[in-house]
Amino acid sequence: MSRTIRFASVICAMLAASLQAQVSFDRVLHADREPQNWLSYSATPLNQRYSGLTQITSANVRTLQQQWVWQTRSLEKFEATPLVVDGVMYTVQAPNDVVALDAATGRPFWTYNYTPAPEGRPCCGRVNRGVAILGETLYMATIDAHLIAVDAKSGQPIWNTVVAKASERYSMTHTPLVVKDKVIVGTGGGDGPIRGFIAAFDAKTGKEIWRFYTIPAPGEPGNETWSGESWKTGGAGVWNAGAYDADANLVYFGTGNPAPDWDGSHRLGDNLYSDSVVALDADTGKLKWHYQFTPHDELDYDATQVPVLADIPWQGRPRKVMLWANRNGVMYVLDRTTGEFLKGKPYVKTNWLDGFDEKGRPHRVKFPTKDGTLIHPHVHGATNWAPPAFSPKTGWFYVASWENSGTVAVEGQFPKAASANTRQTAMGQTTLVPFFNNDTEPFGVVRAYDPRTLDPKWEFRMSDITWGGTLVTAGDLVFSGGREGYFLALDAKTGALLWKASVGGQINAGAMSYAVNGKQYVAIAAGNALFAYSLP
Amino acid sequence: MRKPLAVPVGLLLSIWIGSGLARAQHETAADLLDGERAFRNTCANCHGPDGDQITGIDLGRGQFRRPMTDDDLVRIIRSGIPNTPMPASQMSVEQASKIVAYLRSMADAKRAGVAPGDALRGKAAFEGKGNCASCHRVAGVGSRVGPDLTTVGQRRSAKELERSLVDPAADVDPANRYYRVVLRDGSVVTGRLLGHDTFTIQMIDSHEQLRSFNMSDLRERGFVDSPMPSYRATMSTQEIADVVSYLQTLRGIR
Repeated sequence: MSRTIRFASVICAMLAASLQAQVSFDRVLHADREPQNWLSYSATPLNQRYSGLTQITSANVRTLQQQWVWQTRSLEKFEATPLVVDGVMYTVQAPNDVVALDAATGRPFWTYNYTPAPEGRPCCGRVNRGVAILGETLYMATIDAHLIAVDAKSGQPIWNTVVAKASERYSMTHTPLVVKDKVIVGTGGGDGPIRGFIAAFDAKTGKEIWRFYTIPAPGEPGNETWSGESWKTGGAGVWNAGAYDADANLVYFGTGNPAPDWDGSHRLGDNLYSDSVVALDADTGKLKWHYQFTPHDELDYDATQVPVLADIPWQGRPRKVMLWANRNGVMYVLDRTTGEFLKGKPYVKTNWLDGFDEKGRPHRVKFPTKDGTLIHPHVHGATNWAPPAFSPKTGWFYVASWENSGTVAVEGQFPKAASANTRQTAMGQTTLVPFFNNDTEPFGVVRAYDPRTLDPKWEFRMSDITWGGTLVTAGDLVFSGGREGYFLALDAKTGALLWKASVGGQINAGAMSYAVNGKQYVAIAAGNALFAYSLP
Repeated sequence: MRKPLAVPVGLLLSIWIGSGLARAQHETAADLLDGERAFRNTCANCHGPDGDQITGIDLGRGQFRRPMTDDDLVRIIRSGIPNTPMPASQMSVEQASKIVAYLRSMADAKRAGVAPGDALRGKAAFEGKGNCASCHRVAGVGSRVGPDLTTVGQRRSAKELERSLVDPAADVDPANRYYRVVLRDGSVVTGRLLGHDTFTIQMIDSHEQLRSFNMSDLRERGFVDSPMPSYRATMSTQEIADVVSYLQTLRGIR
């Protein structure tokens, strides 16, 4: 048999295997049915960052052992959460190299190297938070505002679409959101004079399908919330993962601060839809509802946290809600179908508001002044990009945050850190650094909240603050960590510390869990490396 | 000092004819190989594997924007061209001379070598008679069993492409080697090797699956011949030239 014929003879088998390995949107949507895989940034488009795996439990986690480490060649912060598909792990080496690893050993299969244009300079690090997958294609948003499709088997690029011009200060750092046959991304760079937008692209071709500007144009509702021409360069970037509700067919993204950050005098008004959550029709990009967390922001309280969608009992009946631990220090419960404000409550020391009106508009009581005003929380917020978690098993919301941080806001100027060691104002670092705060100064904390009351159920306090996220598992464990470089396993019911590993670098990402050949792993990025743990 | 090469005076674009008189007297095959390596590592990123990716310049055919002697070329390789993307290098005169010798040999080979092909006919042969997509992938279409060819025109010269078609086993890129493992249960897996170390092996198998094996789980393992068939007997010289021309157009996604 000739070589040509021999190879032709395996094509049918090859096609069958290939189809089996396809990650359909149905698999992405219902990834909870295959907990051995991790198919989205926060597990499923609901962003609960909940693993249904039960091999590692609160009873045996003490024996958890490191299985492998994969080191990047990057010195940038490692903020990505990997995906795992049938034993293959995909992650991003900052800024924009996609890597495929054997999830059981950490050995690389391939690397796709992408060199972003030199104009691609995000404000706060040349970082990336991970890829999305559909079919056999990975999708990466780049710091020079390209969306790139990469073949998951070979690491070869398939298409490369310019979403926006990096020369105009647009950038992208978040994981794209896959919905049906589309890949949806938002544009960051909103500390600069951009006009942010969210856009959907055809997953096969990279062609743009729809676009929603996060700042309305003249004639559109909301444009009146911007004085003069400020809407043209008002920021409102999008730089964190979105969510999707299949029943409502809505995608949700949080939007960033209005620009310029600190000087609101040239953009009078509420500045819609900055610092908001927008709910868009997944097929058309039309706005269905919005809720603005921080109207006329002058403190850089980006509302770019990861939306968490959960179905919880609410006042005696089931309700589809959105849970949001905001950078502005307030935790929210919204009806995710209608956008109705159900509840808002400070979850860290917060003094810029003293309540809400009946529609959920905050009543602001602190403003920047010439002499400076002490405002809680700090400009970097109660939490930032790090993903939180929700357990359908305990019904609790798990958030890693900064407590007791304040800022002195002076009109039109970069705020000064108050009652805080200025060392901690860096937007995350990779290596361990000395920490000197006393007990009255800021610290990091992981807390569990009952979403019905927004009351904390327990807390685990760290000495240093945290830029890390949380993962909760069906084994009743919460995994987290922070600047101190400890990867922690906490009891999801009590917050008790059950296990820790010193990873030798700061944790700037959320953990995830997967299984290969029946063995459960937990993985976390820390410093410039990715670590995987399992039972012996 | 070497003599200037024969060029039509006054032409902006000149033809560099590698005459025997101008040729260094003591170039060895090793020199040419060194020159080729240095060209690939240092020059090909901008000039392309055939030296023809900058408008108005075709190094592989001795075409420049103005007349060049060997010494001119050596000087430019070492010092660069101010106010252009052509940078200076740290090369010695000897190293730069080897690159010049390689370029001249490439020009000689082109004059005597592959017949001009038609890329459109080559694409048809690639997709039809050659059945190349059954193993190779171009811009997301085709199989992953063989090397992806989406950017092969950027990475391989016409000479190399022709050789891969008529004598594929002659020079297999280490990244494209084939491997076979036999597991302890007797099952056999073959595919393209993606990497191996003392304890593990990574492959993309004949079903296009990424596979990783622990050495301790294997009964046998080893390299096998490339499954790429020779087209010497099944395609005419012209068809091969057409396919080569088509492959040269594959320079990445948009």
